[in-house]
Amino acid sequence: MQRSAFDEMTGFGGAEGDRRRCYGGYTEWFDTEDPKRLRAKVRQAQDVFRTTGITFNVYGDDTGAGAERLIPFDIVPRILSAREWARLTKGIEQRVLAINAFLADVYNRREIIKAGRIPEQIVVDNAAYLPHMAGFVPPGGVYTHVVGVDLVRTGEDEFYVLEDNARIPSGVSYMLENRQTMQRMFPELFSQVNVQPVRDYPAKLRQSLEACPPPDPSPFAVSEGRPTIAVLTPGLHNSAFYEHSFLADQMGAELVESQDLRIVNGRLAMRTTRGYQPIDVLYRRVDDDFIDPLTFRPDSVLGVAGLFDVYRAGRLTLANAPGAGIADDKALYSYMPDIIEFYSGEKPLLDNVHTWRCSEPDSLAYVLDHLDELVVKEVHGSGGYGMLVGPTASKREIARFRVTLQNNPEAYVAQPTLALSTVPIFANSGLTPRHVDLRPFVLVSPGKVDMVPGGLTRVALKKGSLVVNSSQGGGTKDTWVLADA
Amino acid sequence: MLGRTANGLFWAFRYLERSDNVARLIDAGLDMAQTPASDADDVWKSVLTTAGALDDYRATYDGYDPSIVVNFLLRDTSHPASVMSMVEAARNNARMVRTALTRETWEATNECWLRLSEALASPVKERDTGQVLELVHRQSALVHGSLHATMLRDDNYSFCRLGTAIERAAATARIVDVKYYVLLPSAFHVGGPLDNAQWEILLRSVSARHSFLWLHQGQITAAGIVNFLVLDRRMPRSLAFCAHRITRSLGHLDGLYGEDHESRKMAAEMLAGLEETTVDQILVSGLHDFLRAFMADNARVADQIATDFRFYE
Repeated sequence: MQRSAFDEMTGFGGAEGDRRRCYGGYTEWFDTEDPKRLRAKVRQAQDVFRTTGITFNVYGDDTGAGAERLIPFDIVPRILSAREWARLTKGIEQRVLAINAFLADVYNRREIIKAGRIPEQIVVDNAAYLPHMAGFVPPGGVYTHVVGVDLVRTGEDEFYVLEDNARIPSGVSYMLENRQTMQRMFPELFSQVNVQPVRDYPAKLRQSLEACPPPDPSPFAVSEGRPTIAVLTPGLHNSAFYEHSFLADQMGAELVESQDLRIVNGRLAMRTTRGYQPIDVLYRRVDDDFIDPLTFRPDSVLGVAGLFDVYRAGRLTLANAPGAGIADDKALYSYMPDIIEFYSGEKPLLDNVHTWRCSEPDSLAYVLDHLDELVVKEVHGSGGYGMLVGPTASKREIARFRVTLQNNPEAYVAQPTLALSTVPIFANSGLTPRHVDLRPFVLVSPGKVDMVPGGLTRVALKKGSLVVNSSQGGGTKDTWVLADA
Repeated sequence: MLGRTANGLFWAFRYLERSDNVARLIDAGLDMAQTPASDADDVWKSVLTTAGALDDYRATYDGYDPSIVVNFLLRDTSHPASVMSMVEAARNNARMVRTALTRETWEATNECWLRLSEALASPVKERDTGQVLELVHRQSALVHGSLHATMLRDDNYSFCRLGTAIERAAATARIVDVKYYVLLPSAFHVGGPLDNAQWEILLRSVSARHSFLWLHQGQITAAGIVNFLVLDRRMPRSLAFCAHRITRSLGHLDGLYGEDHESRKMAAEMLAGLEETTVDQILVSGLHDFLRAFMADNARVADQIATDFRFYE
C-alpha cells in the first residue's frame, strides 16, 4: 500500500483541524461561511460560466448543442505560498531556457548529440521533428514563446515536472476566468487574503510576442513602431475556441481563420474590410502539420498555402516555432535532466519523474512485470487518452494493455504512480480531498522569461482518480499564490 | 477589422431581428385567429407564408392546427425559419466574432440563446405561448440594449446596425405585402371600406398599433397605414426609417474609412425613392409592385455591402 497522499490544506494524514500555514487566511474565512450560501454560490458560478460561454467541445461527441460542455469549477482555491512559488519559478525558468537551447541546438549544430548525451535516433526519428526547420533560426532565437509546464506535488517540498507542453499549451483562459469568477463571487475573501494578481497575463503575452518581430517586418509595423499580431484558430468547433477568442480579445489582436488569410506580396495578410493587411506575428493555435498545405499536410484546410516560405524568408514570426513539439515528446522527457545540465551547467532545480522507455528491452521487461503499479502513456499521446493507470485498472484492462504494449513498445513510456497531492473540493458532504496538478504558463521572449504568479490547477473530481484531464471528467480550481510567505 | 468579422456581426443581427419578427407574426396570428370574422386556417397560412416557412410546413403537416403551427414556428429546428433556428444562427455568428462585441453584448446574445433553449426544450402549451413570445422579445431587446449602451461607435457597431436595419426593412415590406396580397387582393378593396380587424393585426405584427392610433386619432384608413409603415420616418419599423438608418450607417463607415462605396450610393438612392413618392402615387401605381421593387433594392444594397466590405473572398 502506498502512503496516503499529501493534502495541500492539511498536510500528511492531517485531520480536518490541521491547517498548513498558507491555508490559514482562507480557512479562517471558510469556517465562518454558511454551507448553504456556498452551495448557492456554486450554482451562481456555473451560471457565470454558462452565460460567458466558457465552454469546450468534446471531440467525438457530435450531439449538437450538447457538444459544448462546461468544465466543472470548484470554489476551493489551490493555494501556494510566495516561497513555494519563488522556488518553482526558478526551476521552471531553468527548464524552459534549456528547452529553447535544446531546440536551437538540435535544429542546427547538434552539439548534444555529438557529445553523446542523447541518441540521435530520438531526435530524427521523432514524429515532431521537422527537417524543414534544420539550419533555420526563428526570429529572436525563440522557439517556445508559450510553454505550459505540468507540475505535480507529492510532499511538502517535493514537486515533479510531469510533462512540458511546448507546442500549443492551452488552459490559460481558465486560469484568468477562474480568478475573475472567484472575485465576483467572494469579493470579501480577496480583501482578507493577499493573493497575487494574474490579470496581466494577456498584456504580458502581447509584450512578449511584440518583442519578437520578424527580421523583415511589414512597412506598417515599421511605421507604427510595433508588429501586427493575430491569433490563428482552427475555428468555432475547436475544443479551445473560447480560449482563442478570449486571448485575441484581451490582447486587442484579430482572431483569424484560414479563410481570412493569404499570401500577398510575399507576406502573410488578412482580409479586412479595407483590403489585405500584413501580419507580422502569428500566435497560431493550429498544429504544425496543418499550418501550410504546400509544405506539410496537403489536405489541411486550417492553414495557408505558402505560409512556411514567408516564415523562412524572415517576414513572419510563428509562435510557437514549428518543430518545437519535439521538446514535449514523452520519450525525450526522460532525457530532460541531461538536457538541462548540458545547457545550463547546473543540476535541474525541478525533478523529473523516473521514466522507463519501453523501447529499451530491460525497461520493457520491468514495465511488463509491474503493469499494476505503473502509469503507461503513449509517447505522442495527449489529453489522457490511450493511457493505463495500473493501480486503478481492472485485470482485464491490464491484460488487454499488455498485448497493445508488446505489439508496439516504442510507442510507450512508463512512470511510477505518484501519490499526487490533494486539495479539498467543496462537495455536498463538505470538504473532501481530490488529486490535483498544476500548469503554470511561461512566456519566452529574447533574453526574458516571464510568468504570472499562478496557473491552471486541474482536479480529478472522482474520488481516488489521478486523471485530471477535462476530456476525462476533470475540473479546475482557482490557483492562488500568496503575496507574502 | 476582418471582412469575415463584419459578415458575422451583420448576420448575427439579421438573424436576431428575424427571430423577433417571427415571434411578432405568431403574436399577430394568435390575435387574428380569435377574431370571429376570420378563417383560422387562412390566418395561419398567411402567417407561415410571411415567415417564409409555408413549404417546409406543408412538407410535414396537412392541416393548420394552431398549436402545431405555433410550435413549428417557435421551436422546430428542422427548418431555418423557426425562432429557435434563428436564435441559434444569431448566437453562432456572434460566437464566431465575439472579439468584436463587448462582453455585455456577447453575454446578452448567449443568454438569449440559453434562455430560449430552455423555454423551447419541450412543446409550448397554448397557455404558455404568450409568456414565451414575451421572452423572445425581451431577450432580443436586452441584446440591443447592451449594444447601444456598451459598444464603441466604430465599424463593428455599424455592421450590427446594418444587419438589423436591412432585415427589418425586408420584414416590414414582406408583412405589408403579404397582408395586401392575401387579405385585400382586389383594387376595389384597397380604396374601399376596411376590414378593421385585419388591418389592426397588420399594425400589431410590426408593434405599431398603439403609435398609429395615437398619431391618427383612432382613424384607420388603408392610405394612413401604408403611409405609416412605408413612408413615416418616425416609425422605427417603416421602410423610410430603415432606409435612412442604412444610409446613415454606410455614411458613417465611408467617413471612418475615408472611402466612397457603391453601397452607400445605392442606399441613398433607395432612400430618395421613398422620400420623393407619396402614398397616393404608391396606391395608384400598385402597392404590391412598389413593395417588390423595394425588396429587390434592399437585397441589392445588402449584396453590395458584402462586396464593398469584403465579407467573402
